[in-house]
Amino acid sequence: MGADCASVAGFPATIVGEPPADATTAADTRALAAVIMGLRVDLLLFAGGDGTARDIAAVVGDGAVVLGIPAGVKLQSAVFATSPVAAGCLAAGYLAAGGRVQEREVLDLDEGAYRMGEVAPRLFGYLRVPEAAQVQARKAPSPRSDAAAAAAIAADVIEGMVIGGRYVLGPGTTVRSVADALGLAKTLVGVDVAEATPAGPRLIAADAGERQVREAVGAGPVFIVVTPIGGQGFLFGRGNQPISPGVIRLAGRAGLIAVATPAKLAALGGRPLLMDTGDSDLDGELTGFLAVTTGYRERAIVRAEPA
Amino acid sequence: MPRRFHQASWDEPVIFELSTPGARGILLPEVELGITERVGNPADALPGGIRRTTPPALPELAQLQVVRHYARLSQENLGVDLNIDVGQGTCTMKYSPKVNDQLVRSPRLADLHPLQVESSVQGVLEVIWRLEQLLREISGMDRVTLQPGAGSAAIWANVSMIRAYHRSRGDADRRDEIITTMFSHPSNPACAKTAGYRVITLMPDPETGRASLEALRSAVSERTAGLLITNPEDTGIYNDEIDRFVDVVHGVGGLAAYDQANANGILGITRARDAGFDLCHFNLHKTFSTPHGSGGPAAGACGVTEALAPFLPAPTVERDGDRFFLDHDRPSTIGKVRPWYGVAPNLVRAYAWIMSLGAEGLRAVAETAVLNNNYLQQQVLGITGVSAPYAAGRRRIEQVRYSWEQLYLETGIHSEELGVRMADFGAHYWTSHHPYVVPEPMTLEPTESYSRADLDEFVAMLRTVAAEAYSDPEKIRTAPHNSTIHLIDHDWFDDPDRWAPTWRAYRRKHHTDSESGSGTEVELAAVDA
Repeated sequence: MGADCASVAGFPATIVGEPPADATTAADTRALAAVIMGLRVDLLLFAGGDGTARDIAAVVGDGAVVLGIPAGVKLQSAVFATSPVAAGCLAAGYLAAGGRVQEREVLDLDEGAYRMGEVAPRLFGYLRVPEAAQVQARKAPSPRSDAAAAAAIAADVIEGMVIGGRYVLGPGTTVRSVADALGLAKTLVGVDVAEATPAGPRLIAADAGERQVREAVGAGPVFIVVTPIGGQGFLFGRGNQPISPGVIRLAGRAGLIAVATPAKLAALGGRPLLMDTGDSDLDGELTGFLAVTTGYRERAIVRAEPA
Repeated sequence: MPRRFHQASWDEPVIFELSTPGARGILLPEVELGITERVGNPADALPGGIRRTTPPALPELAQLQVVRHYARLSQENLGVDLNIDVGQGTCTMKYSPKVNDQLVRSPRLADLHPLQVESSVQGVLEVIWRLEQLLREISGMDRVTLQPGAGSAAIWANVSMIRAYHRSRGDADRRDEIITTMFSHPSNPACAKTAGYRVITLMPDPETGRASLEALRSAVSERTAGLLITNPEDTGIYNDEIDRFVDVVHGVGGLAAYDQANANGILGITRARDAGFDLCHFNLHKTFSTPHGSGGPAAGACGVTEALAPFLPAPTVERDGDRFFLDHDRPSTIGKVRPWYGVAPNLVRAYAWIMSLGAEGLRAVAETAVLNNNYLQQQVLGITGVSAPYAAGRRRIEQVRYSWEQLYLETGIHSEELGVRMADFGAHYWTSHHPYVVPEPMTLEPTESYSRADLDEFVAMLRTVAAEAYSDPEKIRTAPHNSTIHLIDHDWFDDPDRWAPTWRAYRRKHHTDSESGSGTEVELAAVDA
């Protein structure tokens, strides 16, 4: 698992764990990850795809800084560098000088759903990943950190909240900032539903499945707060499957509150947000231009298209 | 092979720290007894309230020490006068004619006071008035103000006039949204936000590289106060539907303001008025040659239609036959956006520059800038690892935003790291505003001032540095090697304890006595990699 490469590159390597008898399995990955966690490393570097990322996330959680060398077939997760070379540079830079760390999505196909014909990856968790080092020669002041941007978004969403409204809160760190600002616990990888009461916001469903969400929103008015999950810009279809087409239709375009930090939108490079609600007619109805909340009283007009 | 450059480094202190009590640059002769008897102490004529009780804490140095100090600082610089400064895209780093510096240093301008009686400043008032007329012709607008002290200040003035216009129609409460685009200058959304507007930013279409008409249509409504848009945008891509953009905004009763900071490629070719704009602005320190001064003093100009003239900053400069005067009687004015009437030395410089070129010359400036940019682009795109995203097959105007994404994927070297290595050749380039929409960006703008040899030299530096990313990336990661400051920790600038805008503010913050040197030492920002 890299020991030979390390010795060729001139790094001293300590081999931990037992080499498996045959081909490695997910259980081997998890066992090794547990061993490495016990060693308290500065950076856990792995090569593989979404499956490996998911196994590592299950064991590591937010307990270490992790970076993926893209070497798998499925690479939907946002924890991989853009190339093996980039992974090496990013790892070297982080180990030499430290730097900021971001929570990034771990996505993988749900085998059960896949067998039933559903190919949309699910959100399995988050890993702390080094941010690309910024060596600056800048003309403008520093960009707001994502945390500050998320707080501004939260302030805007709260300002627009309607008493009596049911708010479906999708997964992701930006929506979590909204929940934080409301004083509500948030399932990072799942969907929660809150009600805006005259006495303040109240959580009425946590980590809800599709049926629970439908029951929690009742007859409306319904608002859905979602953020693009993963690097491909999926607004619906990655990790927020509990938000059914029926609930989306109940909210309507007017009830759709899409949120994203400016950095996240910029990373799309002009590519559209993608809709995969499970209902292709609904995907078509949602196609067009969407006003995404990017800050306090700030919107960005982004194209939304079926995946 | 690029030239062998090495940056000067003098470790020069702040001039206050060079002070020696009693040192003097000029020894004044004693006043003759007869004069003292006649005049007494002239300071006695000053009102008591403005007389100092303690002398100002000016540094005490001899002339040679002063000359040496500033000469050394001038060596620790990059700028149009020193290096091939085509890397500072959107800033339009062109030649500031030195003859114009001589003009403004003349006592005939330098000794004027803005409160002098108008009859004694007819010359400078005439220059301001005539410059306004020239910019009217260049923009096609009905009225111009030269009061703003910068491009952002001019945008602020335009936003204020938009707000005043809607207020005058009782519409200000309803019209609380301003639309802009992602590649327009960030000062546009910033000024709109500061003025209390909700800001709607149109993201670019991935093919054309600019916002689409459909995106704008989806954003306008009865809440639209105005559109603030730059064209060509910082990508260098021209929006040839700009007149239709204006129509869409007018269709909902909004106003359209043209950010013409990037005017260097369109002088004499296209005008704000021809596209239907209600307002526009120029940066005189960009297209019109006044020096950038590393952050100022600058000068901005706003152009407006007659309908918006009542809201112009006051006072306006007016002409009555041969007489020029200041009109303070402007009941609907937005007020002042800057003290006095404008940055007079820069207004004189801009006027002189335009007059020296004439209409044909201005057109030649634009054409040469566009030619230079397209030549540079062709040379740059011959380098492995770089591309010019968007608008495939379409020419750029006066600048190009490139991407080093391919080089990054293949070598792990970032655009910013290439930029730091460029410092080893006495060059520099700017990436982009944040956040980066174009990955690993580089924005180059050659203007009309650089020769073909200059551009070839810059390309040779880029080619050398890009090739090193593939063959010797360690040299780039440990750059610069021939310059002074290595990696600056920018988080530093977010800590108020680590900076001060003036010497006085620094002493106040850190209670430092400049003579004894007691108090907190300020650490150097530079950290050797």
